[in-house]
Amino acid sequence: MSRKLYPMTQPVLEAKGVTQVLGSGAMQVRALKDVDFTLRRGELALLMGPSGSGKTTLLSVLGCMLTPTAGTVSVCGKSTAGADAEELARLRRDHVGFVFQSYHLFTTLTALENVQLALDVRGRRGNDAQSGARHALVRVGLADKFAATPRELSGGEQQRVAIARAIVSDPPAILADEPTAALDGENGHSVMKILSTLAKESKRGVLVVGHDPRLMPFADRIISIADGRLVDERAGGTGVPRLRAAGGS
Amino acid sequence: MPLNFTLALRNLFHDRLRFVATMIGIVFSVVLVLVQMGLYLGFGRVVSTMIDHASADLWIVRQGTKCFEDPSLLDARVRDDVLATAGVASAEPVVIGFSDWRLPSGEMTPVFVVGSDLNASGLHPWNITEGSIKALAGDEAVAVDQTYFKRLGISGIGSTADLRGRPVHVAAVTDGIRSFTTTPYVFADLKHARGYTGVPANKLSYLLVKLKPGANTAQVQHALRSSIPNIEALTPAAFRDRSRNFWLFGTGAGAALFAGALLGLIVGTVIVAQTLYSSTKDHLDEFATLRALGSSNAYIYRVIVYQALLSAVIGFCFAAAIGFIVVEVTTKGALPVVITPTLIAAIFALTVAMCVASALAAILRVLRIDPVMVFSR
Repeated sequence: MSRKLYPMTQPVLEAKGVTQVLGSGAMQVRALKDVDFTLRRGELALLMGPSGSGKTTLLSVLGCMLTPTAGTVSVCGKSTAGADAEELARLRRDHVGFVFQSYHLFTTLTALENVQLALDVRGRRGNDAQSGARHALVRVGLADKFAATPRELSGGEQQRVAIARAIVSDPPAILADEPTAALDGENGHSVMKILSTLAKESKRGVLVVGHDPRLMPFADRIISIADGRLVDERAGGTGVPRLRAAGGS
Repeated sequence: MPLNFTLALRNLFHDRLRFVATMIGIVFSVVLVLVQMGLYLGFGRVVSTMIDHASADLWIVRQGTKCFEDPSLLDARVRDDVLATAGVASAEPVVIGFSDWRLPSGEMTPVFVVGSDLNASGLHPWNITEGSIKALAGDEAVAVDQTYFKRLGISGIGSTADLRGRPVHVAAVTDGIRSFTTTPYVFADLKHARGYTGVPANKLSYLLVKLKPGANTAQVQHALRSSIPNIEALTPAAFRDRSRNFWLFGTGAGAALFAGALLGLIVGTVIVAQTLYSSTKDHLDEFATLRALGSSNAYIYRVIVYQALLSAVIGFCFAAAIGFIVVEVTTKGALPVVITPTLIAAIFALTVAMCVASALAAILRVLRIDPVMVFSR
């Protein structure tokens, strides 16, 4: 598995003045308002906020699934401005790994195949892909579950397969959408520990979206979002608040 | 093997009920198309069977003759004109016509009499299983196909009957000379055939021309056409095509067969499209996940197309097996279903095209997938 080299100082994800309008006409909603955000290598940032605050929209914009209505988003220095759906897909493929709340594993594929699929969409096949997928599953502690289908795995194990799938292509950024929401405390702890380790040891930028206070000890930074604006940022773990201006970084 | 192929394969077999419905749709459609086209080929062969088995370089027919069974007659003197034409080695007369066969019970059934000079090459019965052509030269001797024994009220060699008021006995038995009209063929010597059909001595149905070695067929045809009025000189291939075109398209039979095949294609396309579309809808989450993982649209389309292709191949295999059973069952019938390697290849290509075309609706649905939906589910 070759590793892409990015300068350690360069942000892996960067949003500047991002505004996102969703819907149209009477249904139009400003989901994000002038948001500035930076995710750096080696850190695990936690984005917290109530339902409807814009967490998922920001995740979608940072994950190159949406292009912002205003402002700019850069992924490893590459702007998403003007990118069409296929170009956004390429940016995701090359730079971002996703972990979803409900895992989104393929029920007809084994754990190994689920992980391999992330390489397959990148055109990596054969023994190299299989060994990469095995390696990723070993890293998340599922060395004995290669042949298991999602139905044969517990929720925690399924989420670990999803993490293996997110890291198998060695992306510089990992975006996790409420990765522990469907898990019990023990499994949630285990998953967060893996994500935290990935950020520290692999020097990836990890952004976790959630509202479970138990996530806080794993975060280097905790950012609060409300009504489409980033309203607070503080260091994680210690819980020391660091006030920020609304909409500022 | 790419994983999107594995995914397509597993998705296909995952919902067994839908898989069975897809297979039924494809098999029904392909069998229908195969049988209709097989009937078309079989019909084409049966309608030209006499032309195919005649020994001739050219057929001299009355101008405007539409098919072998056409009752148009030539003047017998035409034979002298034909023989006088440069390049012609021989011209053997053939007489054909419908007649009435009286069964021992007194009932009458129509038959189609074919008469030619049994001492010359021309149009003789083939596939003789009992008796011989030589035996047909005797008075009142006829050859019939064993398929029609029951219909003609006979049991084999030596059986007697009455043909247009004249006594006949079966002197030769053939196997597989059947008429698509279900009217039995009865072969007889030329002289007797005239009596059975009512064709007078100064008339004949066809002349079977053999050319001299080295003669140019086109030149002889031209010479015959320009020197003899009201006739046509057709190569066997041209007469075969004319007969087939008349029976297949002049009567509407061919159009009906093609319409049946088209109906099969439409039904198959609709069923496969519907099942592929519903399968795609059931797997939208997976397709959205693939999109979120950064897969290209083409990668996702391939999952659907692989599913369509797999369905096509599996469905075609079942359909082909049923098709060959139909061939076996109909092989002794009046209208056998004929399946040739070319037909099989063409139907396979058609099945693949049908299934891939059916994937279009599903692909259009996937085109609208928003990867953001993975966050909301």
